Amino acid sequence: MTALLEIRGLVIESRNSAAPLVRSCNLSVNRGEVVGIVGESGSGKTMVAKSILGLLPPGVSQIAGSITLDGKDMAGLSLRELRSIRGGTVGMIFQEPMTSLNPSMTIGHQLEEGLRLHRRYSRDERRSRVIDMLARVGIRDAEAALDRHPHQFSGGMRQRIMIASVMLLEPALLIADEPTTALDALIQKDVLDLMIGLAREKNTAILFVSHDLAMISRYTQQTIVMAQGEIVESGRTAEVMTRPEHPYTRKLLASVPRRITVPGRSPERPIIEMEGLAVDYRNPDRSFWKPVSRRIVENIDLSIYPGEVVALVGESGSGKTTVGRAAVGLLRSVAGRVLFEGKPIKRNGDNYASYRRNCQMVFQDPYSSLDPRMTIGALVAEPLRMTGAMTSAEKRERVLAMLNEVNLTGDFANRFPHQLSGGQRQRVAIARALIGTPKFIVADEPVSALDVTVRAQVLELFNRLQQRHHFACLFISHDLDVVEAVADRVVVMRAGELVESGTTEAVFSRPRHEYTCRLLNARIRRESVEA
Amino acid sequence: MLRYFLQRLLWSVPTVLLVAVSVFALIRLIPGDPALLILGDRATPETLDALRQQLGLDQGLTVQFIAWLGHALRGDLGHSILTGEPILPLIFDRFQVSFAVVLPTVALAGLLAVPLGTIAAWKQGSATDIVTVAGATLLLSIPTFWMGLLILLLFGMRLGWFPIVGYVSISDDWLAGLVYLVMPISTLVVHEVGGIARMARASTLEVLRLDYVTHARAKGLSEARVLLHHVFRNAFGPTWTLLGLILGNLLGGIAIVETIFTIPGLGRLLVEAIFARDYPVIQGCLLCISLFYVAVNLLIDFVYPVFDPRVAVS
Amino acid sequence: MKLRFNLLAGGSVMAIVAIAALTALVWTPHDPLALSFTTRLKPPGSAFPFGTDEFGRDLLSRLMAGAGPSLGISLLAVLTALTIGITLGVVSGYWRGWPDRLLMMVTDALMAFPGILLALGLLAILGAHMRGIVLALGLAFAPAVARIMRGTVISVREREFVDASRLMGNSELFTLARHVLPNCLAPIIVLATSMMGWALLAESALSFLGLGLAPPAPTWGNMLSASRTFLSQAPWLGIFPGLAISLTLLAMNLLGDGLRDLLDPRMRGL
Repeated sequence: MTALLEIRGLVIESRNSAAPLVRSCNLSVNRGEVVGIVGESGSGKTMVAKSILGLLPPGVSQIAGSITLDGKDMAGLSLRELRSIRGGTVGMIFQEPMTSLNPSMTIGHQLEEGLRLHRRYSRDERRSRVIDMLARVGIRDAEAALDRHPHQFSGGMRQRIMIASVMLLEPALLIADEPTTALDALIQKDVLDLMIGLAREKNTAILFVSHDLAMISRYTQQTIVMAQGEIVESGRTAEVMTRPEHPYTRKLLASVPRRITVPGRSPERPIIEMEGLAVDYRNPDRSFWKPVSRRIVENIDLSIYPGEVVALVGESGSGKTTVGRAAVGLLRSVAGRVLFEGKPIKRNGDNYASYRRNCQMVFQDPYSSLDPRMTIGALVAEPLRMTGAMTSAEKRERVLAMLNEVNLTGDFANRFPHQLSGGQRQRVAIARALIGTPKFIVADEPVSALDVTVRAQVLELFNRLQQRHHFACLFISHDLDVVEAVADRVVVMRAGELVESGTTEAVFSRPRHEYTCRLLNARIRRESVEA
Repeated sequence: MLRYFLQRLLWSVPTVLLVAVSVFALIRLIPGDPALLILGDRATPETLDALRQQLGLDQGLTVQFIAWLGHALRGDLGHSILTGEPILPLIFDRFQVSFAVVLPTVALAGLLAVPLGTIAAWKQGSATDIVTVAGATLLLSIPTFWMGLLILLLFGMRLGWFPIVGYVSISDDWLAGLVYLVMPISTLVVHEVGGIARMARASTLEVLRLDYVTHARAKGLSEARVLLHHVFRNAFGPTWTLLGLILGNLLGGIAIVETIFTIPGLGRLLVEAIFARDYPVIQGCLLCISLFYVAVNLLIDFVYPVFDPRVAVS
Repeated sequence: MKLRFNLLAGGSVMAIVAIAALTALVWTPHDPLALSFTTRLKPPGSAFPFGTDEFGRDLLSRLMAGAGPSLGISLLAVLTALTIGITLGVVSGYWRGWPDRLLMMVTDALMAFPGILLALGLLAILGAHMRGIVLALGLAFAPAVARIMRGTVISVREREFVDASRLMGNSELFTLARHVLPNCLAPIIVLATSMMGWALLAESALSFLGLGLAPPAPTWGNMLSASRTFLSQAPWLGIFPGLAISLTLLAMNLLGDGLRDLLDPRMRGL
């Protein structure tokens, strides 16, 4: 039986780069099969997906190779034939739910567009099919939804609408490019299950593109691993996941480092305590109609002891970043208080200077936490301004020593942030936070914006530094795998309140709160692997 | 959606009030005693006092403002110091003339420039695009008064196709009036086309980058349909706003074109009033033009949700 | 490549104009103010490259002499607008609260007047001399500058490196000066170049209407205005001043475009 999709020797080049984006790619997808392409940014996986329907961005073109769909060579098709395949035989889902639906068109109109083009149904039949499909993907009150616009739906809902839009035409092949990357953890699994379920019903093959190994391992039958434009490994998913041959695949699969928890700490005084903390959001553009302020977090009681790493877990909007900022003094609370080394913090109090020196933060976005106009050396040295008299020679030495600790060579000191990669910038941010030897650090999603392999490196670095310098840390993250790798204790937040706390081992294996259970269940785990 | 309209409407009330206050303040800030300026050499302490009392200048500023506002709301903007005519009907007549130039200008310029800019963006990098951008930049650099003079020279004086002086209102004689409007409208259109085309191109480029355009193509829609329903509708918003701004600005700066082509419009009225220190007229003109501008912007805002429904939710 | 062209072309034309203006301070081919009846309304020729006007004055010399005031007024107006606008925008965008709301209301009111109109109104108060025109134009443009500066400051201040600076113990003022302001410069530079163009245009327009510097002092605007009387006999009187304004405007627009392109990818890389 011939494969549904055959790609042979595909080469894709871009006007803007010397090296080809995709080098000689070969893959095939059979009817009804789910094939995954996994790789990090720059691997070329998205370009392969886009080239199938001839949707490469301007400046990028396929210069060699053949793409055959159902026996027909795509290159030989007229524009009209290509357009009838697009949507009708092959459907595509994109990553960003916020920008993949036309904001000025109603949902009904957008969904009907494809149907009107590819099928001959009467108007009423079209309408009823759209309503049925919307209901099938979990949109409540589907009929009313027809007249609404995309911005009236959440990200998860929009992605479901996208799936509905594509599956309405019952395509033979579905190309899904990072379909759930931009969604919250709890929703990802549901949306993926829906997508796979629907595809199975209609016998639709799926080409699933993702950077998330766990997802690929759970949902696909065949896996293709790409790196820097080339396929480095491919085969049945079970094989690739358990017996990887290529070193890159092994690197991708390598277990994230486990934390060695220091057993039983002495009952010292906590370094940071939050009692009954509440924080409001004050709307800067106040007007008659908008509320003046909104409560973001409430009833926060949290203590962090010297040398321990406490993870603060929750979805986006749970308020965990707010708690982190309040802990470090960037936000003022409307109720409750924060204590540093047992004493409450006051703006002009005597312990304020010490508090400032000893509490630092590593931010989430490596692209926005470094002043683009300063050299790396100047950036890392800046905190030393406050630590009393140091000659510039002494400062320089400290900076170099710190850069070394984060595995950056001395010549980095003269470079600018835009010349560094995301991982390198995050290491600079860590160096900057640690140069004043603080006792407490808040790390706000420090690895979320990084590629998988880089993530492992940075986490490993973090563990090493923490064990060497013994700083306490409030580690904020929505990713449970990351949390398991670094935390001694875990605190779970939801909708502005703390719902559970305990040691990492306890919370992960014996969760008590219903929300924690849901989070753990939504976690897409892959089978554990011997590296 | 209703809330959006009400919000916009209510917000324009303080704006209008602020405009009135600003106009009033502006005039009062002019140095010199209006009574003295009016009477000139004939001033004596008695006549000055009498005139001041007549003009209401002896009362407090707030009282003067409220009095003026009260009169304005009733449609009485006072009388011209120069000619003695009642101001509101005067402004109204002149406004019609200016409007007959400004509205067709904006409509014509929009109809020409928007497709041009959109297609230039659609075919980015092509010859069409480069020529459009270069042309637009060039046209933007030519001041209206120069363009007007050149057009007057070529089409009025040298070729004699259109009359150089005089004016016939189109409300009196439709066809004859039109002839007088051709040159001024062309002058303005040539200038505005550049700016509008650039804005249309820039906003279309922004939209083309977005996923939903690729998604529309992935559905198999024809290029024409994608361009019209998915690209254009979402890209037009900023250009629509620009058109409103241009409408208002043109009314403010139309004095130049009116001077060159000797058209009895609102702009010339204002400039003549400034020369003659005819304060009531200056006040009236500023007030009317600004109110018109506020009204136009309100209209623009009301229609905006058609192109971007997201603005209608806070 | 296109960017180089913009900067090169714009820059060189501006340079020529600036040199002409500076030269005019010490030398012009003929005296721009000398009246002479023998050389009235002569078309462009060897003695007078751009022709003469109805008073026998050499057009080229007057153009050169007029470059200074025209450019000078535009430059001063832009500087005035920048000074006022940047200060207000920074205060408004950085500290928010009631100063911000006040500024928004005031700029809303000022921007309710179409551009030229505001300048006209202000001129009526301030008087049509050098200082008045500069102030009128400066004040008319200041609201736009303030708004743009405010927007930029608001978005820069949300960036995490600003928080990082506060965390280090730097004072608010230091954070503002060292981290926020330097990163707000790029849009302002681009705006300033565009504004030079608008200011030149506005100044010429006002001169044209008779509200600028009074004759016999030459400005490009009032030269254009005066040309109307003899336009059919001596078209060169209308063509050359307009050409001068247009070329300078074009140069400013190109420079502005080029600067925007130059600064944009660097900003995007951040």
